[in-house]
Amino acid sequence: MLTLYTRRRIINAIGLGISILAMLFGLFWLCWILWTLLGHGLPAMAPVVFEQMTPPPGSSGGLLNAIAGSLMMTLVGTLIGTPIGILAGTYLAEFGQRGWLAPVTRFINDVLLSAPSIVIGLFVYESYVVHVKHFSGWAGALALSIIVIPVVIRTTENMLRLVPTTLREAAAALGAPQWKIINFITLRAARAGIITGVMLAIARISGETAPLLFTALNNQFWSSNMDQPMANLPVVIFQFAMSPYEDWQKLAWAGALLITLSVLTLNILARVLFRQKAASH
Amino acid sequence: MPTMFLREAHLKRQTVFDLLFRSLTRVSAVAVLVLLAAIIVSLIMGSMPAIRAFGFGFLTSSEWDPVKEKFGAVIPIVGTLVTSAIALLIAIPVSFGIAIFLTELSPRILRRPLGVAIELLAGIPSIIYGMWGLFVFAPLFADHIEPWLSNHLGTMSYIGPLFSGPPMGIGILTASIILSIMIIPFIASVMRDVFEVVPTLLKESAYGLGATTWEVLWNVVLPYTKVGVAGGIMLGLGRALGETMAVTFVIGNAHELGHSLLMPGNSISSALANEFTEAYGELYTASLIELGLILFFITFVVLSIARYMLYKLGQREGQTT
Amino acid sequence: MNGKLKQLIIGITAATALAYAGASQAIDITGAGATFPYPIYAKWAEAYKAQTGIGMNYQSIGSGGGIKQITAKTVDFGASDMPLKPDELEKNGLMQFPTVVGGVVPVINVAGIGAGTLKLDGTTLANIYLGKITKWNDPALVALNKDIKLPDENITVVHRSDGSGTSFIFTNYLSKVSAEWKSTIGESTAVSWKTGIGGKGNEGVAANVQRMKNTIGYVEYAYALQNKMNFVQMKNHDGQFVKPDENSFRAAAAGAQWDKAPGFYKILTNEAGKESWPISGATFVLMHKTQEKPETGKEVLKFFDWAYDKGEKLAVNLDYVPLPENVVKLIRAEWKAQIKNTSGTPLMK
Repeated sequence: MLTLYTRRRIINAIGLGISILAMLFGLFWLCWILWTLLGHGLPAMAPVVFEQMTPPPGSSGGLLNAIAGSLMMTLVGTLIGTPIGILAGTYLAEFGQRGWLAPVTRFINDVLLSAPSIVIGLFVYESYVVHVKHFSGWAGALALSIIVIPVVIRTTENMLRLVPTTLREAAAALGAPQWKIINFITLRAARAGIITGVMLAIARISGETAPLLFTALNNQFWSSNMDQPMANLPVVIFQFAMSPYEDWQKLAWAGALLITLSVLTLNILARVLFRQKAASH
Repeated sequence: MPTMFLREAHLKRQTVFDLLFRSLTRVSAVAVLVLLAAIIVSLIMGSMPAIRAFGFGFLTSSEWDPVKEKFGAVIPIVGTLVTSAIALLIAIPVSFGIAIFLTELSPRILRRPLGVAIELLAGIPSIIYGMWGLFVFAPLFADHIEPWLSNHLGTMSYIGPLFSGPPMGIGILTASIILSIMIIPFIASVMRDVFEVVPTLLKESAYGLGATTWEVLWNVVLPYTKVGVAGGIMLGLGRALGETMAVTFVIGNAHELGHSLLMPGNSISSALANEFTEAYGELYTASLIELGLILFFITFVVLSIARYMLYKLGQREGQTT
Repeated sequence: MNGKLKQLIIGITAATALAYAGASQAIDITGAGATFPYPIYAKWAEAYKAQTGIGMNYQSIGSGGGIKQITAKTVDFGASDMPLKPDELEKNGLMQFPTVVGGVVPVINVAGIGAGTLKLDGTTLANIYLGKITKWNDPALVALNKDIKLPDENITVVHRSDGSGTSFIFTNYLSKVSAEWKSTIGESTAVSWKTGIGGKGNEGVAANVQRMKNTIGYVEYAYALQNKMNFVQMKNHDGQFVKPDENSFRAAAAGAQWDKAPGFYKILTNEAGKESWPISGATFVLMHKTQEKPETGKEVLKFFDWAYDKGEKLAVNLDYVPLPENVVKLIRAEWKAQIKNTSGTPLMK
């Protein structure tokens, strides 16, 4: 016969034991995936990956053009998306107390946040590529910026709301106009958090395949002209991984490792930054 | 006098700046609205031929025959819902466990790194999940786990048919498992965040009455945060519904309604990714785009519910603090 | 902070300037479409760039995508494994020409059947994929393979799950040899399969066939070779059993009467000829007849002109079969006759 007390203790132990198992379960997948990537990707990593262009099967080559193209489109996409995101986020946090616009925008933004990325690619294709009649790095960057905007809006709003109202009031008492308060006081105070948001957005877009296929297409050669089809890592990985040629498959794994490592680094960096900010408060 | 004048001009200028800045932020907010509206309008325009040809029949027909140009959305819709549901079935308890571990059990030093590690699962690009799923996970699953499933569960009376069929490695179940791994970080981190807002006072009172950790969690923390937890689950569901690349690699893309979870199936996003590039003919393309529209609609509904629940929690927080 | 911001801005400006710097360079051409010829076009493009400095950027987005893109004029040429019918070409103002030939190979995984020994004919293959023949020792199979001991096992059918030119060639062949196939299923890049399980891409089909026992599937020749799969012999139009290889694909391409096919609308399935592999197919390039940018159009033609001349060896190395000389001659004549600039002057002399 178990006493009530023992039974409660046992249930407690089982429950907590299961939660430890759940944690291990989560870590297990992370380790397995990273292990796979390292196992396949590391042997394929060589200086040549960073020095040469994407090759046809049977030739030596690397991923230089794809890396450069991905960097450029990610940069431009972030540059387009971030200001809009920060401004709209500012509106939601600072001016959006009254009226219908803020709540509706907030909701719509959250829908956009988890919209399937292939749909966004199709949208940019229909509304931009078809009209200018060629695939281009700009179109790719545009598609990526549409993915950036909602992420930045969400973090900007959240971060601005964390800034104490007293700070705003102090500035207002000194006679500062509102645009100065927001630009030089509130936004600055929320800086670290917003940078975190931007970094998360970059992490999110650097692995996107679906929105790039119909916008930036891809390029076999060095492509620095944003008005031309542009090489990018995700599409290269997708095409090479599904090919019968071993050297292509190896490059695909190298690219996969590269993307994952940079995305993970950005994620960790963003969190470290945010933590410093949190600690300083 | 001139200084007076200057100051007035200065003030006036500041008011203009204020107005300008406010309008600028407003315009950006409106831009987001316009963007979503434009996306939906372009989807509707793209799917018009299919809407005209099939009407509501599109939603009830399970036929998908590109040769005879007869299309229906039932199978991808069911596939999307089933994979997402199974993914949630796996992800919810696991996320709950992780959140408990991170808020109550973990040593302080490990709390942060472990939390970040779980969130990193969300940072891995979905194409990587797809490649890993197809080349590493699916073969292992086919060789070791599926035979066991069909030998043990497959012979049971009610759920048996769900686990019958040849072990292929790819199919509904594989896609669901990979989806669950992808949404665990979303649900777990929302759960962790809402668990952390539970006032210490409440928990301490329960402990003071002699409750065990598990009882505090089950009877105090969970009821207090249930709306927020539900919101987090809905966010995960939203992500699962729209996930493209990972599912595309492992679901098998078969337009048939099998009874077994080990058989290949289809989801809206994987049908789009698998067939859009090869689709030829107006009706075929339009039908695929209409699938995208339906997915948007489903996501929309799910997120509305999620937002509503989170909003409710926010309200309650306001009352209790 | 301001210092950092300044640095960032300078960096961004530099990057943008860099983006524009590349704007003025030699005419580059862009093509998109079928996945099947992607490796060889990439190979040709590399060699061509090394010789002429002109970059030909081809991307595999699928045959359907290729047709869509050339119609929308977002690319300089489209590519498709599925030729357009003459009236469709006419409607869109397009012309098409074949570039290389390849084959689709049925592959099996049955214990006790050696590589390349199983013999099939079209009707039997169609009946297997229709689900009418379900056993490996079905009388129809036994009749074709008297010298092999066929196991009493169920046949597991594997097909492509995604839309693909490979499926198009395969189903086109089955439609030609089986009336029932033609009326119930038909031919397309994706069809409504009656039986079997799907695999994504050649890769997925190959993996399924290799992993499961008593399976039959179909893949592109290069995949069958690279994965060392057990292929079958097929009975061709002339009643001969042939193995899939460079010779039998070449025979199919050579035996075809291209000159009697308006718009090069020719699918090389079930072609006459003693040595012809019955499930062969060419891959096609699509171009607008009236070139709004004649300089670019001319570069496209020059590229393929070069490829027909100098690209043969590269093609063979990657297991593609070059077109016979007489077909290339026909293509060059068609270029002169059909592809013109806006004022009606032919681009190629």
